[in-house]
Amino acid sequence: MGSILRFRKLCYVEPVKISSLLNKKSYEPTKTSSETKDEIGGVPNVDNVFDKECKKRKTKRQSREWRCVDNCCWVIGYLCTTWWLLMFMYNCLPVTLPGFQVPESPGVRLKREGLTALHPVVLVPGIVTGGLELWEGKPCADGLFRKRLWGGSFSELFKRPLCWLEHLSLDSETGLDPEGIRVRAIPGLVAADYFAPGYFVWAVLIENLARIGYEGKNMHMASYDWRISFQNTELRDQALSRLKAKIELMYITNGYKKVVVVPHSMGSIYFLHFLKWVESPPPMGGGGGPGWFAKHIKAVMNIGPTFLGVPKAVSNYFSAEAKDIANIRAMAPGLLDSDIFGFQTLKHSLRVSRTWDTIGSLIPKGGETIWGNLDWSPEEGCNCDWAKKRHQYPSSSGNNSTNNNAKRDFRVEEPVKYGRMISFGKASQMPSSQLQSLDIKKLQRSSTSKNVSSTCGEIWSEYDEMTRESIKEVADNKAYTARTLLDLLSFVAPKMMRRVEAQFSHGLADNLDDPKYSHFKYWSNPLETKLPDAPDVEIYCLYGVGIPTERSYIYKLSTTEKCNSIPYRIDSSAEASQNGCHDGGVCMVDGDQSVPVLSAGFMCAKGWKGQTRFNPSGMPTYIREYQHKPPSSILEGRGTESGGHVAIMGNVALIEDVMRVAAGATGEEIGGDRIYSGILRMSERVNIQL
Amino acid sequence: MSLLRRRKGSENDIDSNTTHDSEPIDDEDLKTEKARREKTKKKNKWGCADSCCWLIGCICSVWWILLFSYNALPASIPQYVAEAITGPLPDPPGVKLYKEGLRVKHPVVFVPGIVTGGLELWEGHNCAEGLFRKRLWGGTFGEVYKRPLCWVEHLSLDNETGLDPPGIRVRPVSGLVAADYFAPGYFVWAVLIANLARIGYEEKTMYMAAYDWRISFQNTEVRDQTMSRIKSNIELMVKTNGKKVVVIPHSMGTLYFLHFMKWVEAPAPMGGGGGPDWCAKHIKAVLNIGAPFLGVPKAVAGIFSAEAKDIAVARAFAPVVLDNDIFGFQTLQHMMRMTRTWDSTMSMIPKGGETIWGTLDWSPEDGYDCSPKRQKNNDTKAVRQRDQGNRDLPLKSVNYGRIISFGKDVTEAHSSKIERTDFKNAITANNLANTTCNDVWTEYNEMSIGAIRAVADQKVYTAGSVLDLLNFVAPKLMTRGSAHFSYGIADNLDDPKYEHYKYWSNPLETTLPNAPNMEIYSMYGVGIPTERAYVYKLSPPSECYIPFQIDNSAEGENEDSCLSGGVYTVDGDETIPALSAGFMSAKGWRGKTRFNPSGIRTYIREYNHAPPANLLEGRGTQSGAHVDIMGNFALIEDILQVAAGATGEELGRDRVYSNIFKWSEKINLKL
Repeated sequence: MGSILRFRKLCYVEPVKISSLLNKKSYEPTKTSSETKDEIGGVPNVDNVFDKECKKRKTKRQSREWRCVDNCCWVIGYLCTTWWLLMFMYNCLPVTLPGFQVPESPGVRLKREGLTALHPVVLVPGIVTGGLELWEGKPCADGLFRKRLWGGSFSELFKRPLCWLEHLSLDSETGLDPEGIRVRAIPGLVAADYFAPGYFVWAVLIENLARIGYEGKNMHMASYDWRISFQNTELRDQALSRLKAKIELMYITNGYKKVVVVPHSMGSIYFLHFLKWVESPPPMGGGGGPGWFAKHIKAVMNIGPTFLGVPKAVSNYFSAEAKDIANIRAMAPGLLDSDIFGFQTLKHSLRVSRTWDTIGSLIPKGGETIWGNLDWSPEEGCNCDWAKKRHQYPSSSGNNSTNNNAKRDFRVEEPVKYGRMISFGKASQMPSSQLQSLDIKKLQRSSTSKNVSSTCGEIWSEYDEMTRESIKEVADNKAYTARTLLDLLSFVAPKMMRRVEAQFSHGLADNLDDPKYSHFKYWSNPLETKLPDAPDVEIYCLYGVGIPTERSYIYKLSTTEKCNSIPYRIDSSAEASQNGCHDGGVCMVDGDQSVPVLSAGFMCAKGWKGQTRFNPSGMPTYIREYQHKPPSSILEGRGTESGGHVAIMGNVALIEDVMRVAAGATGEEIGGDRIYSGILRMSERVNIQL
Repeated sequence: MSLLRRRKGSENDIDSNTTHDSEPIDDEDLKTEKARREKTKKKNKWGCADSCCWLIGCICSVWWILLFSYNALPASIPQYVAEAITGPLPDPPGVKLYKEGLRVKHPVVFVPGIVTGGLELWEGHNCAEGLFRKRLWGGTFGEVYKRPLCWVEHLSLDNETGLDPPGIRVRPVSGLVAADYFAPGYFVWAVLIANLARIGYEEKTMYMAAYDWRISFQNTEVRDQTMSRIKSNIELMVKTNGKKVVVIPHSMGTLYFLHFMKWVEAPAPMGGGGGPDWCAKHIKAVLNIGAPFLGVPKAVAGIFSAEAKDIAVARAFAPVVLDNDIFGFQTLQHMMRMTRTWDSTMSMIPKGGETIWGTLDWSPEDGYDCSPKRQKNNDTKAVRQRDQGNRDLPLKSVNYGRIISFGKDVTEAHSSKIERTDFKNAITANNLANTTCNDVWTEYNEMSIGAIRAVADQKVYTAGSVLDLLNFVAPKLMTRGSAHFSYGIADNLDDPKYEHYKYWSNPLETTLPNAPNMEIYSMYGVGIPTERAYVYKLSPPSECYIPFQIDNSAEGENEDSCLSGGVYTVDGDETIPALSAGFMSAKGWRGKTRFNPSGIRTYIREYNHAPPANLLEGRGTQSGAHVDIMGNFALIEDILQVAAGATGEELGRDRVYSNIFKWSEKINLKL
């Protein structure tokens, strides 16, 4: 009875409240009213009253109904209006708030110092960062003519993912355009100023250069199709010829001032290729004659150069898992890991990236001499304590060494064997005597599984053609060094490696005068070419340090299902070692997050230093390292002191160096070498004939 | 019940928490309920703001849903719908010719005209913060609305030098994007580029020779080395493709390229030092689209009173961009101040004087029939019949030779009946208070009222005397202009003075290069009334004003009249009279003449204007208008044929709808 009383009160006293309550939960009212009816069925008078009340309420409700849809509309409208108001106010604001002091850009500062544009500047973008646009496509790409497929907002990736992949893939035999598809590099500064909206690559550098007087006539972006091999950019697009003509033109029109070239990432080996190409006689070369380089170039400022290759490229080919060659990782969580391609994302990306020859140019070069063998590596004993290292300065190098000494005892027990670029399971730690040696060439790729490959035919990767046994054989507690790695790759992906090896070479020359080295496939490998004869040209290696960078991998066999698996994957469960060098199956060294110090700095530190056989004319080389410091606040964006592979393009110190050289300074004038890492020690350990 | 009860119970709990008493709930409840009821009443009130929010929310949601479903549709649906309405669309020329087997052959160079090229900011004053490498000209023109005065300041050039003002660097956008679209959706070169791509063209075989169209032609080389870049690019394309280039200039680009051809063969330092056979070696054909070879009458009105708003395409935007009051009431003055710093506008002042454009009583177009029927009728035969029918009627001829006249009566009177007083005796005194108008600079501020009167008193001006007039009203501007351009006819082309660059862009004062295998095409639209002569009046004096304006009230007697709104029109492409576009190919360069000593073959290709049949067609595939012609299928087909290797003979030689040959014949020019 108490409940009925309470209910009466509820009906009489709180109609409004109930109605409001009902409004709020608009999906409930029928339910509650029927329930109440059931409950009070035995008390008719109350029932009647209640019914009346309910009727009244109903009519009321119908007249001024506040339903769910209305609520939604109201909320959306409210949000929109406030958003617009805020936008409007934001746009009305003066561009610089009086109280808020924007840190002065290096361009403004150097302009006040009196720097003006002197030498023309050529920017050579790296892999991935350059935009690609569609010139001819299949029907599924209707309406995308001259729209960006790569770079920009990547909106087409979400709208028509398979079509997008199809257009970005190349022919798996030739490494050139597939039939009926033409995707080309975007020309001009827009090609790589921003990779995606708000994600700058060259934009900051361009803006600062413009401050001291640079503009279209003395600044050029040498964009090229970064998917195809370097020599093919000339064959298909005449990209090298255009670059040559452009440099000659800028040299002449700017009052016979030599050009400063600023390549980034893979652009540095692309430009190395260009150097050899331009002085070689046609038809293979550009026919510029032996003095071309000395006549037209003042300095080559390699930013984050990948001279000796990147271990990431290996894992990318092997299992498509190093997602961030250059900066793709920034996009990866959104782009590659999501399930837009179904469950086969990785496999799709493996298929596409395997058609790109250029990744082959990033495979580590120089074999065991450079990258270390089963038991030895030049980075051995390096300090993996990133947290401490972050704020070190060269003045504290003494401190650094004591630190190393203190830890040495500990590390003797378990040194990281960086030389084993890929190892399976425990092979990463086993002494080399226990490792089985495997002659990969004896293994056979049987064709018994052809039927399997036909069922999976639409997703081409060469793993489908391997037998189960050989897959196991490859994995069975083996470790691979930079040299045996090449055999491994040509075993698991023979077609691709045949294509790659026709375009690139990854060895170390014994005798550089061998006439075979005049072939173009050696031009992009600094260990198999001589620099041109130009004693006045300066070569800089500018790169970030202080970020753990992938160096070698621990793999495992993945659970084999029929179609959708890449048989190997990085063993992310491999325990992290105490000194921080291991993390999730990846061994780390010092670097700029993509390129290890050794690859970026070795040539400048030793290979080309002074008069060596790789640098017969003795061009001066300079190393400029930039210690990574994460941005201190969100306002700073990607930071002005970053050392990350791409974020370094916004590093104030680097920009200042580039600008000073462009305005006429020499390497000595900007301060010679500037070293934070152990690059000199590492280089010393590399035993190479100079 | 259990549900209600639970709710009630929980409320009780809350209440009991506050009152620490469970029994006398009712009283307490009553009070709190009353308060709550009031609150909810307030909340329940459907205020105006709520309605607004609701409405906006509704609209937004519907919009988003539509947008989403539109995006989710396959791309072919709009086309499908269009086809359902209009019947099957014809294949674009690129697809059609691809099927016929045409493939990429000669590299192609585009030379954009005035106004259509984009300009971007490289260095600016504080007010232009954040616009680095953003388009100031072209694109959305968003900045015009946000900071109009800043925009005008950055697009103006220095009064004295015609180059950058200190601290401002505005440069042309480079690459195909420079002029593919002028504004979003308003194509210029985009259609042609897309069609060329269909037969295999791409970046390496197409080149947009973008230049800063505000400064004089020679200054583009001095400041930006533009012509050196074009030369180098053409040489590169010829070398890498092994074929000569086909050059496609549009509008003022034709004059620019004429200048370039002289520049490239002239010896350094004034020229490019390419040697006397550079053109013969590198150029297969020049396809001039809508060429203002002999100038445009509009340019006169533009300089005189800033009223011909649409040199090239600006008219399409004029209602939005130029005429509204964003600059206050001085829009026109601001515009005038800005455009008067642009040297290139002076390259389009009518050239050849009275010999070409007519005297007070004679003009080559005499007897042109302006009736609108003729313009709508595409059939030339019918026109001929009409002409014959009209022959008996006394033709009331229009005196086109009088490019500017004051008062409508003057335009029709015979020259002997007009009283003219020479304005040159009037003095340009400095007696107007030019300090008050300082910020809006036009040279009119420095003219006395007497001088203005005197100008009006001379009544009529021909193409020859119009130059004197402009020299009088804008002396500074014209001194700057005459250093870069010339408007005469050469008596003796071998005179060494013609080696100076200021003559290079005037086809009547230069010889074509020695390249007998080259071909020159004049392609232009006809069938649209085009401004040819103006009726002016004095505008009512006020403090800062332009003293002259077009007399909008001057109308012809019937609808067949050529006069409307103070403007006499002739046949042309809406901007350029057919005479200017076609004369050089029809007569001046035809065969071996003194202007064309090596006998370069010339062809005239006219495209009769047919307005788009319906809205779906956009700007039409048969348009003959100055810019819209770039989407004309017949023109695109011709270009594709030539680019793929055809010669003018194979194309069918001349294709003429207008009376250009008759008019050319009437011009008495020594060849």
